Amino acid sequence: MSGTHAHTVAFVADGKLPDLPPPPGASGAIGWIRENLFSGPLNTILTLASIAVVALALPGVLDWALFKSVWNASSLSECRSIIAESFGEGQGGACWAVIRERFDQLLYGFYPAELRWRPNVAFVLLIVAIAPILFDNVRALAVGAAAIVALKALAGAAGVVDGGVGGLFGATTVVLAAAGALAWFFGGGAHRRYWLMFSAAFPVIAYFLLWGGLGLEPVASSRFGGFLLTMIIGVTGIAASLPLGILLALGRQSKLIFIHAICVGFIEFIRGVPLITLLFVASTLLNYFMPPGTNFDLILRVLIMVTLFASAYMAEVIRGGLAALPKGQYEAADAMGLTYAQSMRLIVLPQALKISIPGIVNTFIGLFKDTTLVAVIGLLDPLGLTNPIRADSNWNGIVWELYGFIAFCFFLFCFGMSRYSMHLEGRLRAGERR
Amino acid sequence: MNAPADAAVQDRAIDRSNMKVSDEIAVELVGMNKWYGEFHVLKDINLTVNKGERIVICGPSGSGKSTLIRCINRLEEHQKGRIIVDGIELTSDLKKIDEIRREVGMVFQHFNLFPHLTILENCTLAPIWVRKVPKREAEQTAMHFLERVRIPEQANKYPGQLSGGQQQRVAIARALCMRPNVMLFDEPTSALDPEMIKEVLDTMIGLAEEGMTMLCVTHEMGFARQVANRVIFMDRGQIVEQNEPEEFFNNPRSDRTKLFLSQILGH
Repeated sequence: MSGTHAHTVAFVADGKLPDLPPPPGASGAIGWIRENLFSGPLNTILTLASIAVVALALPGVLDWALFKSVWNASSLSECRSIIAESFGEGQGGACWAVIRERFDQLLYGFYPAELRWRPNVAFVLLIVAIAPILFDNVRALAVGAAAIVALKALAGAAGVVDGGVGGLFGATTVVLAAAGALAWFFGGGAHRRYWLMFSAAFPVIAYFLLWGGLGLEPVASSRFGGFLLTMIIGVTGIAASLPLGILLALGRQSKLIFIHAICVGFIEFIRGVPLITLLFVASTLLNYFMPPGTNFDLILRVLIMVTLFASAYMAEVIRGGLAALPKGQYEAADAMGLTYAQSMRLIVLPQALKISIPGIVNTFIGLFKDTTLVAVIGLLDPLGLTNPIRADSNWNGIVWELYGFIAFCFFLFCFGMSRYSMHLEGRLRAGERR
Repeated sequence: MNAPADAAVQDRAIDRSNMKVSDEIAVELVGMNKWYGEFHVLKDINLTVNKGERIVICGPSGSGKSTLIRCINRLEEHQKGRIIVDGIELTSDLKKIDEIRREVGMVFQHFNLFPHLTILENCTLAPIWVRKVPKREAEQTAMHFLERVRIPEQANKYPGQLSGGQQQRVAIARALCMRPNVMLFDEPTSALDPEMIKEVLDTMIGLAEEGMTMLCVTHEMGFARQVANRVIFMDRGQIVEQNEPEEFFNNPRSDRTKLFLSQILGH
């Protein structure tokens, strides 16, 4: 009610008030800065303090990691002498040469060098298998594949990567190019079914590629290591723990007392035991329960344990989502005559899983980082490899570069998962604005 | 009494040509009892509903009226007595339960639309999965009923984008898509803003005019007066009084009914 009429008792608005632009400084870049960085004395102090910290720390970090770092050397002492020569005595710089020298080992462990194209191809196929699950449209794969092939060609031409023609036109490039071309022509939503069929078949394909068989030379589990091992455990654990967790969560809600008890017992037991304990059981104790002479692959045992462990946490996350659904949704589904399986699949789970996305991704990230625990039972994941590398007399004493690199790689994966979950939440929210 | 809603019901002449009560029985409750633990919620309920009847159930909150109609499609389990719907006796046999649920449509107080599905998908889901109707045909049926509740243009929106009144009309259309013989309404207008009650009541009147068998828990006494052929008053888990609306409102017999009516119509 406008002030001009405030003195009169009876009042009728005589028209619509016009929309005016906001006053200057309330919107746009200045508005944003004022509102978010300098909205009050406390905020202003915090902003200035943060700028000061960044300004103090950043030059040192950049100096160490980039400007005064060494990429070509064969030992830590050589690194140090190069740094002393070019930047003066007492200057600190990163010795990235260790990563360069041990890069293949950090990626594949002791996987035979001449067979490393197989993990590479498996990795490319993994991305092809995941894409249709994560996105409605897989056409972006074509762009990604083209970019990587182009990068490889450029790097080859510049002589940055070794291996020459063999490395450039090897199996990985061929598979990449083929997948990219397929994605370009058949990436639309209409063919999504076939891409998903490939996703379902991928675990079998990956198994034979990595371990051999079907005419491929077999590779023993003991030779697996590095990020290859991390990916195997992480991806299998993630893919297997979600469906298992869903079943456990539904079982926990079941009115059938027996199923309910089994699920609750399993979840509470697994959650109550540290993962390391389970891994030790997998590596040592389990053999005592097997008939003599059985050879139960260590990686498989670890995969089972990690999956069971993550699925218990997953079940609790999903239970939260199920509990958050209004009872009316269950009742509406029942009242229509949907069977239990139909109402779960069509009504309850799509909504419960959507609510649970942050928790699910949180569990995924935790699981992915927990894969480093396998180092404790002697598997050579990236962290497990740091010990032999640091025991090498050439690299004795190197710490920051090795662990920093591994941390950076883990961060990339986990950050990627986190961003994807935010993207997914946004996409699902856009569909059904409440 | 809810003034706008009452006006809504009275501002149009009701076509009674199709409102015929048949001799066939649609729903029969015989000596039905229900307990929540130790608490006796429904006491010896006997009720026969013929095809084409429009029954309004009213009563104070906690009187068991919602529980009563929720027993008819087994959202609640009764512990004693018999419930027969369309000649099928309701037992714990899952097949029988599903059979009855297919024949009985239900509209809830809070609509209970599926927020992750579009309006059209909400309406076609049960026909496709339960009745195994081909998708194309289910969509045609859904559009037919959405036109009848006068919101075909919203078919591709999500429930969250609609007003409460629109959502409740979709819920009615969704139930009708299963071509039920009996419709249950559980306080369908209680969660709505006053200005939206009219559109939902209009839709329900239209349904009554077509001869649908309806059991309706509601406080809309104007609707009861105009549309119902029988009003049932419940209190503390039992049926206290039932009568034709004219008699029920003008000449209530039990003191409890008189008190209830004076409270609900008094202001």
